[in-house]
Amino acid sequence: MDKLRFFDATLRDGSHANAHQISTDCISNYCRAIDDAGLYAVIVGHGNGLGASSLQVGLSLHTEEEMLSSAKPQLKKTRLGVFLIPGFGTIHDHIEPAIAQGVQLVKVGCHCTEADVTKQHIEYVRAHDVEAYGVLMMSHMADPERLLLEAKKMESYGAIGVILMDSAGAMLPSQVTDRINRIVSECKIHIGFHGHNNMSLAMANTLAAINAGATIVDGTLHGFGAGAGNCQLEVLCGILQKMNVETGLDFYRLLDVCDSIVVPYLQKKPVEITSLSLVGGISGVFSGFTEHIKKAALRFNVDPRDIFVELGKRKVVGGQEDMIVDVAMNLAQRARKDDISFLMESLL
Amino acid sequence: MPAKTKVAIIGTGNIGADLLVKIRRSSFLECSLFAGRNLDSPGMRFAASIGSRISDRSINAIIEDPSCCEIVFDATSAGIHMEHAPILKDLGKYTIDLTPSKIGCMCIPVINAEVCLNERNVNLVTCGGQATVPLAYAISMIHPEVEYIEVVASISSRSAGPGTRANIDEFTQTTKDALQYFTGVPKAKTIIILNPAEPPILMRNTIYAVIPKPDIESLRLAVRQMEMRIQHYVPGYRVIMDPIFENGRVTTMVQVTGLGDYLPPYSGNLDIITCAAVHIAEMFARKKEGINNG
Repeated sequence: MDKLRFFDATLRDGSHANAHQISTDCISNYCRAIDDAGLYAVIVGHGNGLGASSLQVGLSLHTEEEMLSSAKPQLKKTRLGVFLIPGFGTIHDHIEPAIAQGVQLVKVGCHCTEADVTKQHIEYVRAHDVEAYGVLMMSHMADPERLLLEAKKMESYGAIGVILMDSAGAMLPSQVTDRINRIVSECKIHIGFHGHNNMSLAMANTLAAINAGATIVDGTLHGFGAGAGNCQLEVLCGILQKMNVETGLDFYRLLDVCDSIVVPYLQKKPVEITSLSLVGGISGVFSGFTEHIKKAALRFNVDPRDIFVELGKRKVVGGQEDMIVDVAMNLAQRARKDDISFLMESLL
Repeated sequence: MPAKTKVAIIGTGNIGADLLVKIRRSSFLECSLFAGRNLDSPGMRFAASIGSRISDRSINAIIEDPSCCEIVFDATSAGIHMEHAPILKDLGKYTIDLTPSKIGCMCIPVINAEVCLNERNVNLVTCGGQATVPLAYAISMIHPEVEYIEVVASISSRSAGPGTRANIDEFTQTTKDALQYFTGVPKAKTIIILNPAEPPILMRNTIYAVIPKPDIESLRLAVRQMEMRIQHYVPGYRVIMDPIFENGRVTTMVQVTGLGDYLPPYSGNLDIITCAAVHIAEMFARKKEGINNG
């Protein structure tokens, strides 16, 4: 088996869990402590990546420049990485300055059927001698053949790896196996998996991905991340040790960073599988929507579970937070109409 | 009735083909050339099937026969328009650029049509820009102190052809630049989402504005007035959520249904920019003939 590359998304995906309010002190302390734990890269920034600090998704506490300059000096052995979704950030406003700040790795993500929008960005990153990876988000929404096609596109643009994101925590291990198997069989580059825990399957899915030939594992410490959280890296490290898989990770170091930084400072409340995140996983709705859905449910006095189910039916993709208010408003109107028709019927 | 003004279209993708259908309906314009590079592209075959004069010589077809048109619509890509712009300038063509190249004067007809008629190269920003900048402008007229404007444009994957996808970076950047240019807001942001859902979603745009104390009633009126003015040239333009105030921000939403000319009605993102292009071209043609544009 190829050596596994561990990507740590704690400071990026975890940004969702803290409504994008992670302080630069936390970033700097975290990076200093994790630097020699054997990780391949630490990804820093807003939950939806560069350029995503917005009213739509949530405003970051700090600018990208502040976040990256807090991380960079602390990372000597581990690469500093960023994430970018075309349509949120641009090359000129975001990738260029990030590279100038010393970012060594860029993950370019898109909805899993839209890889051609990553071409400009992957090519730009490669042309600047920075590692470029493609990310196919919401990958439960496409079948293995389609994902292969999209991964191949990213490979042709120069990506040195492609990561499948189960952004909604909606996949079963057998689905992960089928998808990774298919892509690994025809792509020469590294293939990876980024799981979410809505159905308590982030770990099982990550192990399924590794078994099927994935060589990039993308997770977070303590599972700190959007919705029900991510594949918990320190647990994975323990399991892989038990399976006698060489990880190159410092297990105790990961545990120490969990106990001394993630739990006391990063995490405002425990990341767990709530009833809502479970409904989100079952409906296949992006985990990052949870907080927005709770707010909209309160405002329009509707059941947040109904919002999840309706969003799932509408096949909403990452970045469409504006649909939440629309759906909540419609549900509220529908409820009123139901009340009125009930009233009318009871009068007849 | 004066003779129709002759126009050429370069670029045979979704935008070029949709333009062609709209121009054929125009009382003021006539398409004398539909040029691209590939005689086998779906747009080219479509144009041939409806009897348009086609060429696979792209801009060379105009260089070789400059008298074929007065107006040129460029529906290629930002990079290609960079090459076309100086050539068209030398040929003296009134150029309407539908790529996000931003070379010419940025044009949102409902805001600055008159200015654009005196330019030689006008840039139609992006479909997201055509849909959202007018509302952002209306909001900034009521509240010039607006601190920040953000727009989110969601379009169906099916309606975004290879050109749009290859230019997503310029698309995002140019829409943001247009927001700032037309409203004077100190900070702006654009988010573009491609949604692959089937059946395809209609083009939907959300506008957020950070205004500490908004006058919601005046905003509602201004937004509805702007909607009516745009409906003159984009019939499917509809405000689906009047401005509301929550969490310190004003939010409004607009949806664009297409006329279903080249692609089905879900492709409102084609119509919003092709209608704007035809509208400007018609104004140019009428002005030339001395017809009042009022």
